Amino acid sequence: MQDIIDQLTDTIRTAAANRMPLRIRGGGSKDFYGGPLRGDALEVGGYRGIVDYDPTELVITARAGTPLTEIEAVLREKGQMLAFEPPHFGSSSTLGGCIAAGLSGPRRAYTGAARDFVLGVRMLDGAGNDLRFGGQVMKNVAGFDVSRLMAGSLGTLGVILEVSLKMLPLPAAEITLRLAQTAAEAIALANAWAGRPLPVSATAWTAGNLVVRLSGAATAVDAAAKKLGGERLAAEAAARFWHGVREHTDPFFNSGQPLWRLSLKSTTPPLNLPGTQLIEWGGALRWVATDADAHAVRAAAALGGGHATLFRASDKSAGVFQPLPPALQTIHRKLKQAFDPAGIFNPGRLYDWM
Amino acid sequence: MTAVTEHPVDTARQREVVRALAAFLPERALLHDREDAQPYECDGLSAYRQVPMVVALPETEAQVQRILRTCHALRVPVVARGAGTGLSGGALPLGNGVLLSLARFMRILEIDPVSRTARLQTGVRNLAISEAAAPYGLYYAPDPSSQIACTIGGNVAENSGGVHCLKYGLTVHNILKLRAFTIEGELLEIGGDGLDAAGYDLLALMTGSEGMLAVITEITVKLLPKPECAQVVMAAFDDIEKAAAAVANVIAAGIIPAGLEMMDQAATRAVEEFVHAGYPTDVAGILLCESDGTREEVADEIRRVQDVMEASGAILIRTSHDETDRLRFWAGRKAAFPAVGRISPDYYCMDGTIPRKRVGEVLRGITAMEKRYGLRCANVFHAGDGNLHPLILYDANAPGELERTEAFGGEILELSIKVGGTITGEHGVGVEKINYMCLQFRPAELAAFHGVKTAFDEHTLLNPGKAVPTLARCAEFGRMHVHTGQEKFPDLPRF
Repeated sequence: MQDIIDQLTDTIRTAAANRMPLRIRGGGSKDFYGGPLRGDALEVGGYRGIVDYDPTELVITARAGTPLTEIEAVLREKGQMLAFEPPHFGSSSTLGGCIAAGLSGPRRAYTGAARDFVLGVRMLDGAGNDLRFGGQVMKNVAGFDVSRLMAGSLGTLGVILEVSLKMLPLPAAEITLRLAQTAAEAIALANAWAGRPLPVSATAWTAGNLVVRLSGAATAVDAAAKKLGGERLAAEAAARFWHGVREHTDPFFNSGQPLWRLSLKSTTPPLNLPGTQLIEWGGALRWVATDADAHAVRAAAALGGGHATLFRASDKSAGVFQPLPPALQTIHRKLKQAFDPAGIFNPGRLYDWM
Repeated sequence: MTAVTEHPVDTARQREVVRALAAFLPERALLHDREDAQPYECDGLSAYRQVPMVVALPETEAQVQRILRTCHALRVPVVARGAGTGLSGGALPLGNGVLLSLARFMRILEIDPVSRTARLQTGVRNLAISEAAAPYGLYYAPDPSSQIACTIGGNVAENSGGVHCLKYGLTVHNILKLRAFTIEGELLEIGGDGLDAAGYDLLALMTGSEGMLAVITEITVKLLPKPECAQVVMAAFDDIEKAAAAVANVIAAGIIPAGLEMMDQAATRAVEEFVHAGYPTDVAGILLCESDGTREEVADEIRRVQDVMEASGAILIRTSHDETDRLRFWAGRKAAFPAVGRISPDYYCMDGTIPRKRVGEVLRGITAMEKRYGLRCANVFHAGDGNLHPLILYDANAPGELERTEAFGGEILELSIKVGGTITGEHGVGVEKINYMCLQFRPAELAAFHGVKTAFDEHTLLNPGKAVPTLARCAEFGRMHVHTGQEKFPDLPRF
């Protein structure tokens, strides 16, 4: 495997010397996400395999090119899971891409995001240095938290080689309930539930229904289900529903309109935007399929104390991510400069100015 | 280590800085007489002392901003400080610098029970957050042992933990938003009211940055619903390795306990004499395993924990029957540091984190070191997350003991790194462990840390000389000791 790292290092050094852009690629499942793809592909998919996994440590270390499905299968066999329930967006999805994109699925509001489970990374910076940050332990405050900084940085700071993640046990039991609610009622209810000690592990409101998943000990989810009421979904239908929300195969995501992702304060009222909405994360995540103008969508996000991402669209000329205020732009530029001085990694993928 | 050279104050420079700050700060917000500045000479790691050149005690963000701008213009280094309870000397002042105390930022700005968030000024005490949230059935999860005194701003700077980290996470998992000022006086609004933010995860980068990137003035934290109930199992073992195996078996059974703590015989004996928590003293070690949640969850989990402990060879298993019982079991664990302080004139506390599966090996290694160095060591261990606190007992007045203790501590840190762990799990690097950073990281990685630092602070004015060593420095070893009666906060539990 060192030969692959050596090759990557050579390519990086040559590209840096010539200031030639590289687009880092695992399985290509998230090519649609973020700004335009520029430069030659730097293929990392070959650097794959699980390096270390001991279920009793609750830690897995795997190479960036390892397929997410492979990791999930290995974990499931030992009764564990990636608790941030990452979306795959295709069968080719890799661990490196998953962390670089930093996206999390339905369980996020209740157990944490991709970045929350990152314990350590091994990466190549823009000079081809092979660097390790964090480690394989739960608590580690030695040095700045570069590992978590890599999550969601879309490959603009370096090439992730290996990632160590914290695992959680699979819940013993899960129940999914469906309640007919308006969007406003659903937001109020999901926030109220989150303020009580209930084993909620996901919520999604779509098409007039609030769907809630409970996870934990069988007796606990049964008791909670009685408190919440609603109609119980059969296990298969429930699995299909949550898969659809996570992987965007649910009919909501096939409207053909541009898809926006708004992350905001969970109590924000239903958004006053044209089009349709799907509400996740107890109200903190709003998917909006809309033709509304980018300014209007970003203004709505800012009003909710959050930000909007143009998640899927044929025209991304308005920019994908919420623009940053000047002081944060400066910090971003300098961090980019520190890790990738020649500016070769994924230029424009996050912002067009870096 | 005690021989930290006091830098004499350059009085001309001091006059210049005081004049510049007095232009906009009220008299009560500026201290520079030696006797006024003396109380700020150290934090919780009192072995390192330095009276600052100037102490500034701003009351508003505008004042913080102007102080930073002024210091930046004059190229004066600035050390930010909360309650000063830190254990690694992160808030150690500089003799040529300004000590920026944020103690007056004590207001709880907003508790929003519906979105379950609290907006706080940086100097709000950790425990005060949970107290303010309690009427709504909510609390703030991270509970470092100094929580009655330590501030939320300091918690963010150190990424503080507590005994519930495995289940509820560290500070980084429990905050949403920061307002902070760079050394140039630029306001940074980091994070947001949602669960993520656009761009790089600067919230993660700021957390645990030990005051080196920006000065935090306001923090929005997440609040959680208080668990319906909690119960704890105490299990005793005749072999410390069996106890270590029991920890792994709990995890293997798919249980994430709210707390999972281990104490060896030296620690349980010291504690039992001190607080009478009901621990057996003739066993090799004990585990405390807590479950919290709904009644159904706790009943189910406690039963499974008892089964695992029995199957793992526990020779005694006790379960708390009520809240008094539960608090008594915990009282022992929480009194471990002061209890050890009673049986030895001095102790030296380490803070490595190791993979749980290596704990038996590390404890064996420590036992061998005890013999080799002729010193005793009591071990308390956040077993759930692998954070080990060996307390080396010594007498600083006995010739050569301090030196042997330091060598002993150094060997434990090296062993922690060797088994795949880290030199600090929760106390931070500060000045105390800065040289050990050279053991844990290679030059290119340290250079990357310096790159992060200069992205925020080009002239290295914020808390210089802490947390990340220069490459030139990477030849020495750091050390720490707590001398009886010299602890800055002797009443605070340390665990």
